[in-house]
Amino acid sequence: MLPLGAGLRRLKTRKQNRIYRRSGIVSDAVGTPVLSARGLRKEHGKGEGSVRAVDGVDLDVSAGETVAIMGPSGCGKSTLLHLLGGLDRPSAGEMSLNGRRIDNISEKALALMRRTEVSYVFQSFHLMEELTAVENVELAALLAGRSPRVARRRAEELLDQLGLAGRARFLPSALSGGQRQRVAVARALSNEPLVVLADEPTGNLDSAATLDVLQLFEDLHESGQTLVIVTHDARIAATADRKFSMRDGAFADETWLTGGTTGQLGALVGLED
Amino acid sequence: MGRILLVVRLALRDLRRRRTEAALLLTAILAATTTLTLGLVLRDAAGDPYQSTRAATNGPDVVANANLAGLAELGKLAAASGVTEHGGPYPVIAGKLEASGRTSDVQAMGRDATVAAVDQPQVTQGRWVSDGGVVLEAAFADSLDVGVGDSVTLGGRSFEVVGVAVTAAMPPYPGASCIVSAGCINGAIPDDRDLPAGLLHNPGLVWLTQADVRSLASDRSPLSYVMNLKLAEPDKAQAFVDRTGGDHGGAMPMQTWESILADATDLAEDSQILLLIGAWLLGLLAVAGLSVLVGGRMADQTRRIGLLKAAGGTPVLVAAVLLAEYLLVAAVAAAAGLTIGALTAPLLTESSAGLVGSAGTASPTWSTITLVTAVALGVAIVATAVPALRAARSSTVSALADAARPPRRTGWLITVSTRLPVPLLLALRIAARRPRRVVLGVVSIAVTVSGIYVLLVLNAFLGGQPGIGAYTEAQVAVLRHVLLVWTVILLSLAAVNAIVITWATVLDNRRASALARALGATPREVTVALATAQVLPALLGAVLGVFPGGFLLFASINTITGGDSDKATLPAPWQLIALVLATVLVVAALTSVPAHLGGHRPVTATL
Repeated sequence: MLPLGAGLRRLKTRKQNRIYRRSGIVSDAVGTPVLSARGLRKEHGKGEGSVRAVDGVDLDVSAGETVAIMGPSGCGKSTLLHLLGGLDRPSAGEMSLNGRRIDNISEKALALMRRTEVSYVFQSFHLMEELTAVENVELAALLAGRSPRVARRRAEELLDQLGLAGRARFLPSALSGGQRQRVAVARALSNEPLVVLADEPTGNLDSAATLDVLQLFEDLHESGQTLVIVTHDARIAATADRKFSMRDGAFADETWLTGGTTGQLGALVGLED
Repeated sequence: MGRILLVVRLALRDLRRRRTEAALLLTAILAATTTLTLGLVLRDAAGDPYQSTRAATNGPDVVANANLAGLAELGKLAAASGVTEHGGPYPVIAGKLEASGRTSDVQAMGRDATVAAVDQPQVTQGRWVSDGGVVLEAAFADSLDVGVGDSVTLGGRSFEVVGVAVTAAMPPYPGASCIVSAGCINGAIPDDRDLPAGLLHNPGLVWLTQADVRSLASDRSPLSYVMNLKLAEPDKAQAFVDRTGGDHGGAMPMQTWESILADATDLAEDSQILLLIGAWLLGLLAVAGLSVLVGGRMADQTRRIGLLKAAGGTPVLVAAVLLAEYLLVAAVAAAAGLTIGALTAPLLTESSAGLVGSAGTASPTWSTITLVTAVALGVAIVATAVPALRAARSSTVSALADAARPPRRTGWLITVSTRLPVPLLLALRIAARRPRRVVLGVVSIAVTVSGIYVLLVLNAFLGGQPGIGAYTEAQVAVLRHVLLVWTVILLSLAAVNAIVITWATVLDNRRASALARALGATPREVTVALATAQVLPALLGAVLGVFPGGFLLFASINTITGGDSDKATLPAPWQLIALVLATVLVVAALTSVPAHLGGHRPVTATL
């Protein structure tokens, strides 16, 4: 087992706790939607050649909940994730984050939202190649206006909790795939977001690194972090509270899962005895 | 045949697919070829009008003059060995001509109404001399704004202007050679110096009948004599002068046709010097722009090569496709540069008023065409060689997987940037990713500002010229044309470079910009960052362009031309500050559009 769990359980931030307490979420983690979508639609192209990448999706994600979205390539999973995080605009439908409409706000407001309320973990990590691990992690905090000292302290703290203290001064090119993804997760957590959106977080990883990241997401789940994960990988989906199957831009199926497999993850997914 | 068609089709498709890049590439090479053509055509054109005039007027190989005491010696020259024909001796008198409310010093030559064997000035307006009628040298008439039918006063007598003519026996006004014993001085005279009495200043040339000239002579204004000689070996005119003992300042002043040619084409040479200096600056700018363009395309080309090879293309075919694309652009740029250069050159050469031919008759010679085409194609080949070699050496798989060149890490700059507002933080990091591009940006702006610095100096110098007398107003206008062309091309190419560098930065930072936005940077912040990443080097380049750039460039020009920098007025501090600020503002304006496009690219399409 990877020694991440204990550290990550401390990850739940003061801000999150404050928000959760205010909204009564701490005592009832699964139930109140932090992120919701109604009739969400996204069309590419115009006229007869238009394609509906997302077609009438309804979704409620409660605080502290982990939602997995599965489906074949091209079914609209990533597009949905981009819409939920405000990276793309829906053609129709409504979205709310923490009770506030976000489908009709300005680009600037969406950017400000991504600074502190929603963050992404990408399949290809998307780390700045010329920045060290700690500089990559602190970048999000610097963009949010934190002082350099506070941003650096927070970045070092996160890397330490993710078991990367010894790799903080390494460039991404000197890190393994799993380590890069952990740096990307640390960056996503840097501004203590309400929701982390992960797009195929294990898509570019080998088996060992996949297990590493699986454990990381499991620990995030345990710490109460709200997660929406788009994945092809059934093992990742197995760690979620709910799983949606997506086909042709729409949800075809919704499954309530057991609610996590902490401590038994490797055995459950067949990566360990 | 099929293979050639394929190569051309692929090259054309790629050019069509990247129209903006192709247009910028074309512009950069075009600016260089145009300037090069202008410089070379001007060099060829400088002697052309004089040669035409010499042929049309049966111009002399040697012009000798003497006072009354030397008249006998002058007569002996006609019979000297090597002389085949002669004209004269003709009487000449120094005087003052009043016309259009202006008074000018003149040398009035007495000629026969009949056609002379040597140096029969060609009348361009009106007719040849007759009693009571005066013919003015064309450039002199142009300067005085006097034409046929006007009245002028010479030695207190009124004469009617009956004609305007050109000659090859003397450089056009105001560079006339001195053929009177009183002596002459041409060019600028410092305010604190007085001319010796009787010395002519920038004299013009007029022709009267011999009778009229003799009637104007007096004790205070004695006659001098001039004789025009044709030699059996015109190319050995200087040897003839040396042999017969005459020389400037000697007992019998003589001037060869080569020295008249040199004086006649002084202004064209000045224009040529200005243009060649402009060509050097433009060459530097073109190299900077092309480096960025070619560098930006290399990664794309390598991947494209991989695709071609994967589809069955041989290394030769791949190289041919790459080469064809660049050669096509270079060939168009060379042809357009030669055309524009040849058409523009006449505007930049000396006014043809003083000579029969005009620079408009000069067309690019084969050597000019060859050189310009070779330079354009050379640029294309150099630009293609690197990606083609890389492609030949790499495997298809590695070529297909070719990724963008990894960005450079500049640790101290990254640390410093953390303390800055978001746009500046991003801007410094954008700049730090590609230091060589920043250097090219700084060089590009520094070269431009250095050029503008020199233009300010030259413009101020020319502004004071008509009053000083080194150049007439018409000549100042010609030199201003040269400066204008130089300025327009310089600024255009600098603008193209600024846009090219910004666009290359935008493309290179697509992923970094998208990531910054995914992490919460607003489109405006990214836009400002992309523009600031160009403005900061522009500020540095502008400062360096003023000092030491402009200062050194001006000093270099003075060294090359043998000029006297004491006569120049250096730009005032406020002008230099305004120049730096204007540069920064213009760069900010030019980069705003590509930066805006870069800052508003859809994040999801990139990530």
